[in-house]
Amino acid sequence: MASNALARRAARVRVSAALFRRPWLRAVLLLSAPGAWFVLIYLAALVLLFISALWSVESFTGNLEHTWTLSNFETLVKVPAYRTIALRTIGIAAAVTVTDAALAIPFAFYAARVAPRRVSSFLFVAVLIPLWSSYLVRVFAWRLILAHDGVLNWSLDKIGLGSVNIGYSNWAMWIVFSYIWLPFMILPVWAAIERVPASYLEASADLGARGWRTFRTVLFPLIVPGIAAGSIFTFSLTLGDFITPTLVGGAGSDLIGNVVYQNVGVANNIPFAAAFAVVPVIVMGLYLLLARRLGAFEAL
Amino acid sequence: MGFKRIDWALGGVLVAMVLGASACGSSNSSSSSKLPTSVGAGEGELNLVAWEGYAQPEWVKPYEASTGCKVHAKYAGSSDEMVALMRQGGSGYDMVSASGDASLRLIRGGEVQQMNVELVPEWKNFIPQLQSPPHNTVNGKHYGISLQWGPNTLLYNTQTVKPAPTSWSEIYNGRYKGQVTVPNNPIQIADAALYLSKTQPSLGISDPYELTEAQLNAAGNLLKAQRPSIKKYWALASDEIELFKNGDVVIGAAWPYQYSTLIADKAPVQQTIPSEGATGWADTWMLSSHAKHPNCAYKWVNWVSSPKVQAEQAISYGETPVNTKACTYMEQIQKGSCGVYHANAPAAYFDSIKFWKTPVKECGNGKTDCMDYSAWQQKWTEVTG
Repeated sequence: MASNALARRAARVRVSAALFRRPWLRAVLLLSAPGAWFVLIYLAALVLLFISALWSVESFTGNLEHTWTLSNFETLVKVPAYRTIALRTIGIAAAVTVTDAALAIPFAFYAARVAPRRVSSFLFVAVLIPLWSSYLVRVFAWRLILAHDGVLNWSLDKIGLGSVNIGYSNWAMWIVFSYIWLPFMILPVWAAIERVPASYLEASADLGARGWRTFRTVLFPLIVPGIAAGSIFTFSLTLGDFITPTLVGGAGSDLIGNVVYQNVGVANNIPFAAAFAVVPVIVMGLYLLLARRLGAFEAL
Repeated sequence: MGFKRIDWALGGVLVAMVLGASACGSSNSSSSSKLPTSVGAGEGELNLVAWEGYAQPEWVKPYEASTGCKVHAKYAGSSDEMVALMRQGGSGYDMVSASGDASLRLIRGGEVQQMNVELVPEWKNFIPQLQSPPHNTVNGKHYGISLQWGPNTLLYNTQTVKPAPTSWSEIYNGRYKGQVTVPNNPIQIADAALYLSKTQPSLGISDPYELTEAQLNAAGNLLKAQRPSIKKYWALASDEIELFKNGDVVIGAAWPYQYSTLIADKAPVQQTIPSEGATGWADTWMLSSHAKHPNCAYKWVNWVSSPKVQAEQAISYGETPVNTKACTYMEQIQKGSCGVYHANAPAAYFDSIKFWKTPVKECGNGKTDCMDYSAWQQKWTEVTG
């Protein structure tokens, strides 16, 4: 028994010594499983996407035709509706990002710098709690708030402000997206603000700068990487979403995701859906390059 | 941190693309199977793709109890979705309740197989026009069993829409700005074409599903002008029901199902077939080419074709049964319903409805200058996008 255990231990020591001497072997062992997953599932899906974008569909029977054609991309460029949809998607994603940044900076500053420790941890939990409930439930809740007979109009009516008609519109979409993705902006900005040494702000004050000036010239430049990191989430999540537009959008609220969804699930035109899906991939690629310039990846 | 590694990854993608492209290729083969001559024992399961409201417990439960076939229903929101589900679902689905604008696509695509009407005795009691209608019978071969039919109606809120509308113009003239809803479905173009065929005879539209390029553009322009009036293009019947209930919309194009559901909830609504007439649907239960449970499927069509179930479904959904014997049962369930749902209407009523069919290049007049369904889809995206 004892000699057996000893032999096992000796074997273990030999293996770890072998691994210690060969760093490449360690890397292979650690990375092969996630690496295979990355190549097989993620890259293979992307490759298939690009390939099928070059196919077409027989219009009547709906069968795939495996001949190379650029007609899907031609349609994308030629038909003004798709341009409108692409620009609307990018516009909404940008608006949501700016809104979330504007909301997140003062909140995160208060939570990280001003609030006492207990309040700060309460705020942290409060930011995270919505993520525990289903995305769908939260969007449906907004639908009830913004509907014609909804909570918003009811409250406005009670305080004598009449009613607003923003249910099922791009405004509704903007509000709901901004709400849904807000935590993804707050957390990186919070982390960025916490990382700024308090002495910097004190030095700024000692040199006579008031609050706004300190924010503009000292704090803001230092938290730009955090904002950029948060904006990657808010921007890319909005760019690919189709559920919120379906549920709270109105006439003319289709985003790229809706067209992709309709072409895959409804119209059965997978090649065209793939072609349109390439647009957010390109936009996101450019966005990531820009974000890298702003130092977003140092803040992750 | 940097993009060097990602650059490598991109290079890998390109290489894989080239390799993958050369390895691609597939072939489609359509098989013609022998028609069954009898219905065997049930396989214990039946998977349906159906319109919302077509698999109600009222008639599914007794079917399951008597045949032992457990029904799983997947509701589809549009004909396009039904076609896509049957195409991509493989052997996952046994039957589909296809409307006339989907059935021919399913037949030509090889998604559904021929059925033996001899195994459905009630078929002989169907109204003659729907025993072998052109949307499910090709060259004398039956690709399904007709189910129910009905019109697309104009639904409105009786408290806000006064006087009661008599024309489709109410959803086009901008009077109810931001308070109109219509289905998010390319076949909606036919509704606009039907309206134009009455209001602008110079366009020469005789069949709302056979449109030349100029006619399709005219219908598209009408729908684009309608867009400011639209609150939402509804995708599921339940969406429209909620819109009417919340007061977000007051008028719109609907199915009788929405009307009967809203009335059951005591909502102040009414429906009408306007003076221009209406488009409509005629649905068919079709059997998938890959069906794993054909015996349960035959038992199902026999069950839903029986006069009593025909009557139950007709009243539940607000549509017209194909079985002429259903009237007696309808009167038992709800007095006067036979007349309300036109189950005893003369042939002229049937002929007044323009039934959904798939738009194809071939016009009825021997010409081939009509716009096909993909052109309709494109136009619909231009309107709604």
